[in-house]
Amino acid sequence: MRFIRKTSYAQDIDLFKHNGQRFWYGVLALAVLLAPLALDRFLLGEMALVYIYAIAGVGLMLLVGYTGQVSLGHAAFLAIGAYCHAWLLNQGWPLPLALAAATGFSGVVGIAVGIPALRMTGIYLAVATLAFLVIVEQVLSHWVSVTGGFRGMPVPKAEFGIDLSAPVAFYYLCLLVLFLSMVAALNWLRSPTGRAMAAVRDSETSAESMGIHIAYTKTLAFGVSAAFTGLAGGLFAHKIGYLAPDAFTLATSIQLLLMVVVGGLGSMHGVIYGAVFIGLLPQAIALVRDAAPPAVSQIPGLEAGVFGLILVLFLIYEPDGLYGRWRKIRLFFEEFPLYRRATYKRQKTYLRTERLR
Amino acid sequence: MEVIQLLISGVSQGCVYGLIALGFVLIYKATEMVNFAQGDIMMIGAFIAFTFINLLGWPFLWGFLAAVAVMALLGALTERLLLRPMIGEPHFAVLMLTIGLGFVLRTIAGERWGSEPKTLDLPWGSAVWRFGEVTVGGDDLAVVGGTLGLCALLYLFFRFTRLGIAMQAASQNQLAAFYVGIPVKRVFGLVWALAAVLAACAGVLAPGGVIDPNIGFIGIKAFAAAIVGGLGSLPGAILGGLLVGLSEQFAGRYLWPGFSDVSAYVLLLAMLMIRPEGLFAAMQQKKV
Repeated sequence: MRFIRKTSYAQDIDLFKHNGQRFWYGVLALAVLLAPLALDRFLLGEMALVYIYAIAGVGLMLLVGYTGQVSLGHAAFLAIGAYCHAWLLNQGWPLPLALAAATGFSGVVGIAVGIPALRMTGIYLAVATLAFLVIVEQVLSHWVSVTGGFRGMPVPKAEFGIDLSAPVAFYYLCLLVLFLSMVAALNWLRSPTGRAMAAVRDSETSAESMGIHIAYTKTLAFGVSAAFTGLAGGLFAHKIGYLAPDAFTLATSIQLLLMVVVGGLGSMHGVIYGAVFIGLLPQAIALVRDAAPPAVSQIPGLEAGVFGLILVLFLIYEPDGLYGRWRKIRLFFEEFPLYRRATYKRQKTYLRTERLR
Repeated sequence: MEVIQLLISGVSQGCVYGLIALGFVLIYKATEMVNFAQGDIMMIGAFIAFTFINLLGWPFLWGFLAAVAVMALLGALTERLLLRPMIGEPHFAVLMLTIGLGFVLRTIAGERWGSEPKTLDLPWGSAVWRFGEVTVGGDDLAVVGGTLGLCALLYLFFRFTRLGIAMQAASQNQLAAFYVGIPVKRVFGLVWALAAVLAACAGVLAPGGVIDPNIGFIGIKAFAAAIVGGLGSLPGAILGGLLVGLSEQFAGRYLWPGFSDVSAYVLLLAMLMIRPEGLFAAMQQKKV
């Protein structure tokens, strides 16, 4: 067990708590930078997909994990980012500009959705975002002149000076964007606005009484979250190569939610764990499918079912997600003979109605 | 004439939504949980009725009653296994859990009964009455009648029976209800059983006898209906269902194509912006 003597506020909000962390994150950075030397094309592609999921996960985590607002409509922001990016590229915009514009546009749409969402909490918000997702889906299918409707829309090759569509180059592009998003989000979270978000999550009433403007904080969180997801959408467009409305459905939203829940709500580590998890799960399912008897492997929609099942099991048995589990295991070894289960026992809040009458 | 025909099909479709919305409202009223899997539970109910009536060849009434009994059991079991551990957890966790459950149910149904649409043998079958140019189907009448009947029963249940009142108490304050001697856990189990029974009724009445694993998706529209009417209000659920059903029919006829699929959600968003608490329910600011 390591005790850190903190002597300044700067030390308190430092991203790395001690040199041990600096060392291990350095090792991690080296590993992901050198990964293309060791991995083949397929695995590099999968890693890039994991990074893209993680970028969207950063956005969703800011909203769900840190501001406490549930969105079932993040697939819509992913779609908006992807379509906007691809459309701008088709108009001849350079890649960084198109990506930035897609990010900005998603953010603006997110704010526009966030404003009416202010008056809602909990389930109402979830349902409103779901309604938004369905509407976006219909717009994508019927606005043929821009989106190509059901026929879909080809995504131009990623290039900016050099060809970025080769696996190695695309891997580094996704890694760079993920790194920047992660740093931006972490810095955001230690700023006053980020702290305000956590305050709103924990209790709106007490946050308001401490002078936090709830409407402003929530709208901003929505906008920023949508912007990150839109950014991921832009890269996702390159990854799948051909956009069609059925790539962005409720199932996609659930997949994104699954990522933050399985990873662990309220931690940026959780985003990465969750992204690795949902990135690798389809491969694992495919492996099991090959090995399983045909009676099992022929089930239609098996993947969605497995996703649902995992979501259910995590919510019941490990609501803190993979990161929560990892912290518990680490604490167990740090305190070895003295670990108490009650350390991480969750306080249950018994329900009192919000409908008084 | 066209307007009247649209009106009839809108009301009939609206009752379908209302019927499913009743299930949402029931669970929300009693446990203040939102059951997003209600549509999929309805689908399972329809398939179980299909198994008894079509595959085993039981008479309609017996098959229907058997399906209701099985669904009651499944509902209680779901509550015991999945929702009981979630008592005391945040709302959205329960919400996501039921969404996950919906996906699992859809997969199970696809595995068990296949994904091709099946047709349930209904006693009213394809009976049709004509009045001039207007046609009224037997399934229209059945769904409207069934909805009205169930609605009245539920109203009486919540208004006058001990259990109904206990359910309301448990929903308003779990701890206080527990202290005054209401067996909160058992009450929740019964609520889920009741909601599953409702879902089975909806499954038999609603889709006009056509069943496939994806009919549960209309549950989302029904949920929009429940919110438009005001979550927690039984007449609100029916009224919201009718509004959604009618808007869908008229939008599909008079507005551009594709709008009929969206109209329920547009209505929902408009309602959430103007009056988030819905037409009927009484919501108040949360106190600390």
